Amino acid sequence: MDHQTSSLVTPAAPRIMAERPVRISARDVNIYYGEKHAIKNLSINIPDKAVSAFIGPSGCGKSTFLRAVNRMNDTIVGCRVTGDIQMDGKNINSREVDVVELRSHVGMVFQKPNPFPKSIYENVAYGPRIHGLASNKADLDVIVESSLKKAGLFEEVKDRMQQSGTGLSGGQQQRLCIARAIAVNPSVILMDEPCSALDPIATARIEELIDELRQNYCIIIVTHSMQQAARVSQLTAFFHLGTLVEFGDTDEMFTAPQDKRTQDYITGRFG
Amino acid sequence: MTDHTTKAYDQDIAILKSQLAEMGGFAEEQLAHAIQALSKRDIVLADQVIANDQKLDELERQIEEKAIRTIARRQPMASDLREIMVAIRISSDIERIGDLAKNTAKRAHAISEALPRKLATGLSRMGTMAQAQLTQVLDAYARRDDEKGLAVWRADEDLDSLYNSIFRELLTYMMEDPRNISMCTHLLFGAKNLERIGDHTTNIAENIHFLVHGKPIIEDRPKNDITAMMRPSDE
Repeated sequence: MDHQTSSLVTPAAPRIMAERPVRISARDVNIYYGEKHAIKNLSINIPDKAVSAFIGPSGCGKSTFLRAVNRMNDTIVGCRVTGDIQMDGKNINSREVDVVELRSHVGMVFQKPNPFPKSIYENVAYGPRIHGLASNKADLDVIVESSLKKAGLFEEVKDRMQQSGTGLSGGQQQRLCIARAIAVNPSVILMDEPCSALDPIATARIEELIDELRQNYCIIIVTHSMQQAARVSQLTAFFHLGTLVEFGDTDEMFTAPQDKRTQDYITGRFG
Repeated sequence: MTDHTTKAYDQDIAILKSQLAEMGGFAEEQLAHAIQALSKRDIVLADQVIANDQKLDELERQIEEKAIRTIARRQPMASDLREIMVAIRISSDIERIGDLAKNTAKRAHAISEALPRKLATGLSRMGTMAQAQLTQVLDAYARRDDEKGLAVWRADEDLDSLYNSIFRELLTYMMEDPRNISMCTHLLFGAKNLERIGDHTTNIAENIHFLVHGKPIIEDRPKNDITAMMRPSDE
């Protein structure tokens, strides 16, 4: 049986990092909500054109860190972020960075689909219009159509673009939100449990879409489903009590994790 | 290791382990009987070994079924996943060991005369060694003792050496008197079966290592079976 097992081996460092440029780099990041120390000395390099999954029990800090990447935590009273988070070599927390501009580069998809109470067309057109990405209606039409196509929704909605986005099914709404996120041409897409409100078929369609999108974007997904992390991601980060415990190739994390805490969590032995 | 939050999951894994322990114990018994049947030309015992092989096949089938159901129901990860994969692989090695024991027992029928004493000693030494390898490796599996498994893995070399010398002896007997050829051929197959059983114990040891560490053994296994290159003129 000499080397039958070689496909399940554990390398010392994530292989995938060597093949792709780093898009987001965090150094010694600490995040506090008032007294609560939510993220402790976190350092991580997240590669481009790959899906990185953040897993961990509730309250472990994974969503907190995700929200720090597009400065969503700015809006939370008492939230303080220290340390250095760089995107493409620029510190996103520096004073020169315009947060609206930043968020046009970092799209976000939430747990519950949250389309605007506007038409399907307007949901997608809104971002490019306010960011001045289209100079005329024809340009805007092109952006809307291509975004809906990338999100795998165009064929289903092309004949009812003026109908309300909220009238779509849950899975369609989520794909509409993904279309809205990619319409402003971001380089990073953050997803916070994007499938937790969807049925298995809608989930599979979103996962298929994530797999297509990773050719062009840096995607970070927070998920409570270990199976989903195993299915969609190339890298997995395990968070526990505000600490990044382990970050490695998904293939290795789910067959032979290095840390006992990771092992206990993914095999269902925690606490 | 800590228990699963879901107790039934622990039970699934525990059942799988005990099924494998039962299968291993039965294979040990089959091997011991096969060796006894061959060396004493005990046809009754040989027939018993042949008939009992079905039970090993059945046990393997049960383990496979339990493993597949556990994968489907629990979607095992990390050490649990390795546990189940390794149980499937080890059960298939044990099943093959059973087949080889059965084949060895069958040869008892074909050997009519008493064995020359030297040959009988050589074969029984080989049998004892193969049995010891099997016992040790099953024990290593039960205890998750990688060191003990590695010891079995390395010791296979000795079994190979013994096989080489038996091969050589049998060749000599055959050259001395062509009437020995029939018996010696059966003995040769018997010895080869024991040598193959040794190889299966090394597979099991490799699986124990993978189970414990999550990676394969990196060094090359010492191998000493050189019979493939032997010719009568080498004698």
